[in-house]
Amino acid sequence: MSEHERYVLEEKKKQWQIHLAQIGLFMLFIGVWEGAVRAGWINDFIFSSPSRVAKTIYEMVIDKSLFVHIGITMTETLISFCAVTVIGIVAAVLLWTCTSVAKIIEPYLVMLNSLPKSALAPVLIVWLGNDWKTIIVAAASVAVFGSILTLYTSFQEVDQNLVKLIYILGGTKKDVMRFVLLPGSIPMIISNMKVNIGLCLVGVIIGEFLAAREGLGYLIIYGSQVFQLDLVIMSIVILCIMAVLLYQLINQLEKRYGK
Amino acid sequence: MSHFLELKSVSYAYQTMEAETLALNNISLQIEEGEFVSIVGPSGCGKSTLLNLICGLASPNCGEILLKGKAMHDMAMNIGYMLQKDHLFEWRTIYSNVTLGLEIQNRLNDQSKKHVNQMLKMYGLSEFAAARPSQLSGGMRQRAALIRTLAMEPELLLLDEPFSALDYQTRLEVCDDIYSILKKENKTAILVTHDLSEAISVGDRIVVLSNRPAQIKNIITLSFDPELTPLQRRNAKQFAPYFNMIWKEMQENE
Repeated sequence: MSEHERYVLEEKKKQWQIHLAQIGLFMLFIGVWEGAVRAGWINDFIFSSPSRVAKTIYEMVIDKSLFVHIGITMTETLISFCAVTVIGIVAAVLLWTCTSVAKIIEPYLVMLNSLPKSALAPVLIVWLGNDWKTIIVAAASVAVFGSILTLYTSFQEVDQNLVKLIYILGGTKKDVMRFVLLPGSIPMIISNMKVNIGLCLVGVIIGEFLAAREGLGYLIIYGSQVFQLDLVIMSIVILCIMAVLLYQLINQLEKRYGK
Repeated sequence: MSHFLELKSVSYAYQTMEAETLALNNISLQIEEGEFVSIVGPSGCGKSTLLNLICGLASPNCGEILLKGKAMHDMAMNIGYMLQKDHLFEWRTIYSNVTLGLEIQNRLNDQSKKHVNQMLKMYGLSEFAAARPSQLSGGMRQRAALIRTLAMEPELLLLDEPFSALDYQTRLEVCDDIYSILKKENKTAILVTHDLSEAISVGDRIVVLSNRPAQIKNIITLSFDPELTPLQRRNAKQFAPYFNMIWKEMQENE
């Protein structure tokens, strides 16, 4: 065996150990939780248990209601995420085009960005009704102002020499946008999308707490009100999985276009 | 008869909230077609500002700049400008980097593509056409930047210390390359540099600028055998006297 082969084998072994440890940690957590319930150390009526969560999932898969709730939450998250991405990029480009407008509205954007968006939810319910429109707008409002500010700031930091080059080659501000600003900002746009997808999920859950009859956020609120903690814990587990999947989606996008 | 490029008592000042900084003071200069003029001066004296004015990125506060006897904005002369760094876009291939200017001006057609391909081949870059800028060496990148400039078929070429980012050996090579290309195509060029030997090795005339606000201190016409390359000029017997003369000229600035 050559030195290199030994090195590769060693590295692979290390990776496997890490994977094993990760899975082991998960099993340990589940085991301790289940064991503690079985041994009577904690009350499964309040803390639920892995087996009760699994049973709830099984029942809801059989009557297909689980897919409805997941589908609703997923759809709302994706719609608001797309809205945030498009509005964020378009608004940041417009602000970059009209510097004076940007200077005028910057303090307002900062204010809106810092405002706790859950404060808006009751207003949105009155304006838009007790349904999905409110949820999507609430979710988008969580991420959109920060997104505009982040992108606009990164647009301003574009290398001035590259901008000069475009003018030297006879281009206009439009060419600067087309050849320098947008292609040069793709890594920034994607890393901003990573933040946004998480924020949109947060926004959707807040929205569903207040204005929904379906979705995982609704299940959490409903479960806690009727003291079915199995339902609450299950929804949280599914949300964890969903968050990871959505994040991975953007990660794949970054691998393809971000570098 | 009008000159190819004429600067008539041009002055330029930078404005900031704190103050007005005079960068160029009463610069007058005539340049003829096919001439290679080197402009030297202490760093920060306003050499790059002068090029920005000539290519129209900024307009002078007083004075005027005439191209073939006409004011700048009346005549869209094609001016090429090479910056200190190559500024190749990492998200584009070498080929689409060199065609950037053509793409911006909607001049990318079969004829211009053929011209670009020819130049890529001539300067040994054709096999790197699909490569990313980061895969090329410094000298190759600067040659790609030159092709990007020449693809526009400029009548006047402005060079703003285009070799300063290269290591010494590459610098001499690329300098020889670019000089022979420009002489062959009989292009008019203005080179701005703080490197005296470089200025002497390529220029037909040397313009010496003073400290800021820059004024023209002296213009020296060099006489070398026209067959010599920049590298050979460095070994010519006139080289050292010219160097000392211009060096003294610059010292008197202080």
